[in-house]
Amino acid sequence: MVTHHPTPDLLSDYAAGMKDEPTSLLLATHLALCPTCRQEVNRDERIFGSMLESLEPEPLSDDALSRVMAELEAEPTGSALAESKTPASEGAPLLPQPLRGYLGEQLTDRLWRGRGALSIIELLENFPGVKTRMLRIGAGAAMPRHSHHGSELTLVLAGGFADASGHYVRGDVAIADPSVDHQPVADAGEDCICLAVTDAPLRLTGPIGRVVNPLFRF
Amino acid sequence: MIDAETLIEAIAERHDRAAFASLFAHFASRVKAYSRRLGAEPAVAEDIAQDVLISIWRRAPQFDRRKASAAAWIFSIARNRRIDLIRRARRPELDPNDPALVPAAEPAADRQAMEAQSEAQLRKAIGELPPDQAEIIRRAFFDEMSHSDIADQAGIPLGTVKSRIRLAMTKLRTAMEEYE
Repeated sequence: MVTHHPTPDLLSDYAAGMKDEPTSLLLATHLALCPTCRQEVNRDERIFGSMLESLEPEPLSDDALSRVMAELEAEPTGSALAESKTPASEGAPLLPQPLRGYLGEQLTDRLWRGRGALSIIELLENFPGVKTRMLRIGAGAAMPRHSHHGSELTLVLAGGFADASGHYVRGDVAIADPSVDHQPVADAGEDCICLAVTDAPLRLTGPIGRVVNPLFRF
Repeated sequence: MIDAETLIEAIAERHDRAAFASLFAHFASRVKAYSRRLGAEPAVAEDIAQDVLISIWRRAPQFDRRKASAAAWIFSIARNRRIDLIRRARRPELDPNDPALVPAAEPAADRQAMEAQSEAQLRKAIGELPPDQAEIIRRAFFDEMSHSDIADQAGIPLGTVKSRIRLAMTKLRTAMEEYE
């Protein structure tokens, strides 16, 4: 059961189409796991729909309708039917859409980089200043203590972790801004798998952070 | 006010061209205005408007008035087309048929009767927003302006921008909830 949700501001920005692809990917994947936020986004879309209707119209050229009609002559309706792009093999997959479409059906070991307590899969590397990564933290392991120059969103997909701000499990979103200095610790019993989007490099603040840690070069 | 839901269903059920022409008359110029606000040149904004209306024709069978109002559905098509075309980016979205999707605890009740009322209520609430709040949410959500740019341009503190956006959105959400 999801108890940590993105802020209403984040959901409205997503509904309005104001968020970049990495943040939208994280929020949309959260929506798949959280009916409450899905309803919030639907509600915001209705607000924006109504605002769209209240805009001062800008007339199209005179022949716009006839040109569109001519284009439609050629085709029936329903030519773009909904399709499930990546059908799941069986049962409920670990990764919901749209994340599954970015990573493939299985999180195979060869995708992960790094050994020991923390492994990483980099995603969406063409967004300067934004890090999008899958994190796998070993059961019971602590992450290096760190704070943020920018903001960090973390969506839990398996296992769980806790820090001073609370306990996070599948579907939960942890939000950290520059004021947060934290040391997440993964729950015992199961590796914790998360999607994290960070919009500025992290600062390592704890004793571990001072040693060069090639795995944790955020 | 047109009954856009019924018009979309008429397209889905019987390829009703007159219904399409009515939707076009109402929405194409507004989608163009929306795209213009978001920085599209007039010719590009006109292309987006035409593309969106063509998508309405093609996707009409997928429209479900229990899930979205016509305006919300058309807004989402316009938003995605705009992201494709102006930002040349992808918009990640959930897949309603995904087996990993966690369903709502109770299936959404059939709210058709209430929907129409809540839609009218919403329109009224938008009309009644104080001008500064109405303008600020248009800028934040329809002009792709950052909150700090809005603050600079209006000569008000960033915190005021954020609190006005929050206040306005809360009012509008509450206006709808009364009928849900």
